Amino acid sequence: MAKMKALTCRECGKEYPTTAIHVCELCFGPLEVKYNYDEIKKTISRKTIEAGPHSMWRYHDLLPVEGTVDHAVIGPHAGFTPMVRAKNLGAYLGIDELYIKNDTVNHPTLSFKDRVVSVALTRARELGFNTVACASTGNLANSVAAHAAAAGMQCYVFIPGDLEAAKVLGNLIYKPNVVEVEGNYDDVNRLCSEIAGEHHWAFVNINIRPYYAEGSKTLAFETVEQLGWRAPDQAVIPMASGSLLTKIKKGLQEMQALGLVDKVRTKINGAQAEGCSPIATAYKEGRDFFRPVKPKTIAKSLAIGNPADGYYALKATAETGGAMDMVSDEEIVESIKLLAQTEGIFAETAGGVTIGVLQKLVKQGVIKKTDVTVAYITGNGLKTQEAVVDAVGRPVRIQPSLVNFQKTFKMGKHGQGDA
Amino acid sequence: MPSLRFHIRFPENKIKEPVIYQIGHEYKVVTNVRRADVRETTGWMDVELTGEAEEIDRAVAGLRKKGVLVDPIELNVVE
Repeated sequence: MAKMKALTCRECGKEYPTTAIHVCELCFGPLEVKYNYDEIKKTISRKTIEAGPHSMWRYHDLLPVEGTVDHAVIGPHAGFTPMVRAKNLGAYLGIDELYIKNDTVNHPTLSFKDRVVSVALTRARELGFNTVACASTGNLANSVAAHAAAAGMQCYVFIPGDLEAAKVLGNLIYKPNVVEVEGNYDDVNRLCSEIAGEHHWAFVNINIRPYYAEGSKTLAFETVEQLGWRAPDQAVIPMASGSLLTKIKKGLQEMQALGLVDKVRTKINGAQAEGCSPIATAYKEGRDFFRPVKPKTIAKSLAIGNPADGYYALKATAETGGAMDMVSDEEIVESIKLLAQTEGIFAETAGGVTIGVLQKLVKQGVIKKTDVTVAYITGNGLKTQEAVVDAVGRPVRIQPSLVNFQKTFKMGKHGQGDA
Repeated sequence: MPSLRFHIRFPENKIKEPVIYQIGHEYKVVTNVRRADVRETTGWMDVELTGEAEEIDRAVAGLRKKGVLVDPIELNVVE
């Protein structure tokens, strides 16, 4: 029996075959992959996982693709990124056991998107697609273009006409068809939704979204395994569409349901930037629905003003007793610096959001000193250097002489500092 | 005939207006509400519009002109 049972509507529960559809024909609710856990339980164990590849594909049994762990996947090196015991940052914040799940070094494009795209393209090829596409302003486009190049698939990347040159270059290097749409974010958004409805393409975050989103679960699986088969007490997760947060919760629940981890009591906490915080604002105001916003923040990778999974993220946080908060652009920059200077990890702006909110939740007493806490850092700082360029100071400039060097650093003859 | 699916959101001051009825009369589109949540201060609907493509475009522009927010059913897909 196949491990995937069906696609099921998150609203009305109607089931569909596991094809390239994403919206319930009956109620227009979003579709999600439903698995045959009884079947999966027969073969999966901690041992089989540990014997798997050194990538997120060691959790193949819980990902929405056919075949076995040995079958050709696209993006075979994605995931299984370091879980860093953040002793310095933990000491600074006052947490005994803090970990950084470090997707700044995810393969091949240095963001967590490599997880979801790897799953999406593998499934797309299984479903017979030769052309993949996405609408993106950054990390997603990079990842889709890179994976498509490696897989020899046709690729279309749609971007708003006013996107910065550096971001366009990051896509062009892989030679996809980059389509600059004359118009703003909303225009691109609507056009892509319509193209996905008309053409037989695999739009990774539209008609392939039910599969694509499942890739995020691997962050939860890796967390449990890398913590020695235990779930953390607290998870702090950045939110854009809200999908990542809901899938980390789903991943933890699956691990528990399959007996791979004992009781999961993880509180799922969400982090947003003040300039785009529709979900966190709804949480703060005690609403179960969010109001769309026009994003205005340096955290561009989280700048989704009308998030598809916002409602479900609010629900997931409420169900686990977690919390949400937001940080200003200044706090984002300070938090990027804090992470870099305590743990040697240079995160993009989304990482600053996560660390900034982590700090707030500790100060508020939501996260306690003894809580085993994991903060999810989802992208590399080299992608958003412009955000910190004015906040890191300048190099010390000296004349090329030993005396001048020693004088500048107030050193004695043998290198000992005098100051 | 083409059909497109939209998520329509009503600001508080538009809650009482029969916007969907009006659009069905002002443009040659068939409106079909599939899911909705309308409360005192806010409301949304998932709606299918069926008609000629240009007429759907005009109906969407008409909805926006009336002050309601119109997005694709998937909401934001640019990530």
